[in-house]
Amino acid sequence: MSELALPTRVALVGNPNSGKTALFNALTGSRQKVANYPGVTVERKEGLVVTPAGLAVRLIDLPGTYSLRARSLDEIVTRDMVLGKLAGEDTPRLLVCVADSTNPRLALRLVLELKRVGRPMILALNMFDIARHRGFEIDLDRLSTELGVPVVPSVAVRRGGTRDLLARIDEVISERGLPATEGTWSEPNAAELRAAQRQADRILDAAVRMPGRPDSITRHVDRIVLHPVLGLVILLAILFLMFQAVFAWAQAPMDLIKSGFDGLGAWAGIVLPQGWLLSFVRDGIISGLGSVLVFLPQILTLFFFILLLEDFGYMARAAFLMDRIMGGAGLHGRAFIPLLSSFACAIPGIMATRVIASRRGRLATILVAPLMTCSARIPVYTLIIAAFVPARTVLVWFNLQGLVMFGLYAAGIAAALGMSWVFNRLLWRRDPSDPFMLELPDYKRPVLKNLALGLLQRGQIFLHRAGTTIFSMMVVIWFLCSVPPAPADGTLPAINYSLAARIGQAMEPVLRPVGFNWQIDVALVPGMAAREVAVAALGTVYAIEGAGDKSDELGRTLTAHWSLATALALLAWYVFAPQCAATLGVVRRETNSWKWTLFLFSYMLALAYLAAFVTYHTAVWLGAG
Amino acid sequence: MPAIARIASDDTPSGAGQSLGAAPVGFKGRIRAVRVRTGDHGLSAAELERRLIELGFIEGARVEVLHQGLFGRDPIAVRVNETTVALRRREAAAILVEPDGG
Repeated sequence: MSELALPTRVALVGNPNSGKTALFNALTGSRQKVANYPGVTVERKEGLVVTPAGLAVRLIDLPGTYSLRARSLDEIVTRDMVLGKLAGEDTPRLLVCVADSTNPRLALRLVLELKRVGRPMILALNMFDIARHRGFEIDLDRLSTELGVPVVPSVAVRRGGTRDLLARIDEVISERGLPATEGTWSEPNAAELRAAQRQADRILDAAVRMPGRPDSITRHVDRIVLHPVLGLVILLAILFLMFQAVFAWAQAPMDLIKSGFDGLGAWAGIVLPQGWLLSFVRDGIISGLGSVLVFLPQILTLFFFILLLEDFGYMARAAFLMDRIMGGAGLHGRAFIPLLSSFACAIPGIMATRVIASRRGRLATILVAPLMTCSARIPVYTLIIAAFVPARTVLVWFNLQGLVMFGLYAAGIAAALGMSWVFNRLLWRRDPSDPFMLELPDYKRPVLKNLALGLLQRGQIFLHRAGTTIFSMMVVIWFLCSVPPAPADGTLPAINYSLAARIGQAMEPVLRPVGFNWQIDVALVPGMAAREVAVAALGTVYAIEGAGDKSDELGRTLTAHWSLATALALLAWYVFAPQCAATLGVVRRETNSWKWTLFLFSYMLALAYLAAFVTYHTAVWLGAG
Repeated sequence: MPAIARIASDDTPSGAGQSLGAAPVGFKGRIRAVRVRTGDHGLSAAELERRLIELGFIEGARVEVLHQGLFGRDPIAVRVNETTVALRRREAAAILVEPDGG
């Protein structure tokens, strides 16, 4: 391809909360691609725009930043992309700096800094309509003259709100009127930052008349939402609502997906001949994918709430309210969202830790996120609780089964906070924690389009992961469970002759002290694929046809074979055990380190063993053996 | 809050004004100086100073303490000119302020 045929690269830069991503969505619509920058776990968002003049532009949405001085992974990518130093990426021909028109002060300083890069630039004053409505008087010509860059108003959320910006992009690209000059950017020191901010303040005074009063709605809402006591109550209420939704709304689509995959498996059983191919397709591919995809509705529901609250501007407030509580455990206020996501699934939770700037804060969050009770544990908990814990009312109005379930959740949370505290004491005692500094943006009305696009992207990322990492893990586990096949004269279910059974039997002496029999040990191997697969595996080991569907029947079988102490030990084991190959895969990717992945696996395994051991022996001592 | 009081009193006698780190909710004033003492911030003093400036904490800026957390009155939410920033009192102690009309 010739140089001319390549679409021009344009980069969007701006402060966090400048509405940059909304503008990116407005410009590119659904023609965008989300991936990672090679080698780092920073999201790379690119979209194609065709300008009114018919030019093709590859627009790249860079992570939000206050400065080109890089601190987090995100900011390093922004800096290197702007400077044209990012390996494998061509230098953008044009920078579009996005500023919130209602709060342009910090953005103007960024513009002054970006100018020193020497690349053509346009300043887009976003949310221009809100600024005008609130009484801002902005002299665009004056601003443009003072800054020395073209300034255009933009409204990301309204049709036609990007017309001026597109026209200006056309002008700059086609006329080549703004040639790149030599870059003189170097990392500014405090004195240079002060000088730049003073210059920005002076320009602001000259070109912008601000209304005397700040956004009164945000102030009024914050008086309630950030109230020391009321704020926490509201946060808890929101969380409660979220969990209700994650578990109630997602149930119907989850059942649908499950029966869809069951149907697909049955169909494969009809069209394929008996043998290893059928086993691979049905038990490996179809049930493997099904067991992961079944979580898609929950993940989407959870992200719907997270994106909604993020768009409102509430997430930063949640971090503010939780900072001190998390801080007690050595976690950053921003770790709140990733840990919250981990209740649905640790994978999106671990991916969400990218917002934490310091490596230490991020690592601590990644290490404890898998301790939060993810929804894959629920089928295991439900099965064992229903079979072993009587549905009795205790303490007047508490259901004993519900109490045990609650206790397991509480144990997960307590373990996450406790382990974070321990890691901070033992591993990072010498380097103190990263300071918590976060802008609390004005509240905004969420825009359906941004919400839908964000949700679509989360879904795609999860499906992509399910289709690659998770899927390959599933195939390995299928292999372990089906090879070698059962001998012709075998009387036991096939899994009992497989490598998985040998692994399970080899583990038996090690796990006997915690009360597990070899059937449990064998089920733990496929349980590495996803925790809830262990339920189906127990069904297979105990040779119950279709046990996955008839968990009552499986429950009865288990009560016949296990003591209460064994059941409780298995529950305790599941609170802590690193029983999820997909999570380990994601931890490896996000930490970029096998060492930390191994560390996570080992410490969780040690905790699981210890918890199961203590539970088993306490129960036996109390007469439940 | 012995730690905060100590940092504040370190700076007060010189007449440089009081520290934002010790300011109560409702405090309104202007920033007189941003002066980071090397300490337990997890960052070098120079880096913390630059981050504070990048968030708008610069000499002459109007500040108002809007909210504080439940435990240890920490963190605080501060209006700096047109931006609201959440930070901990430990870091805010580096910002010296003088109250309006004072």
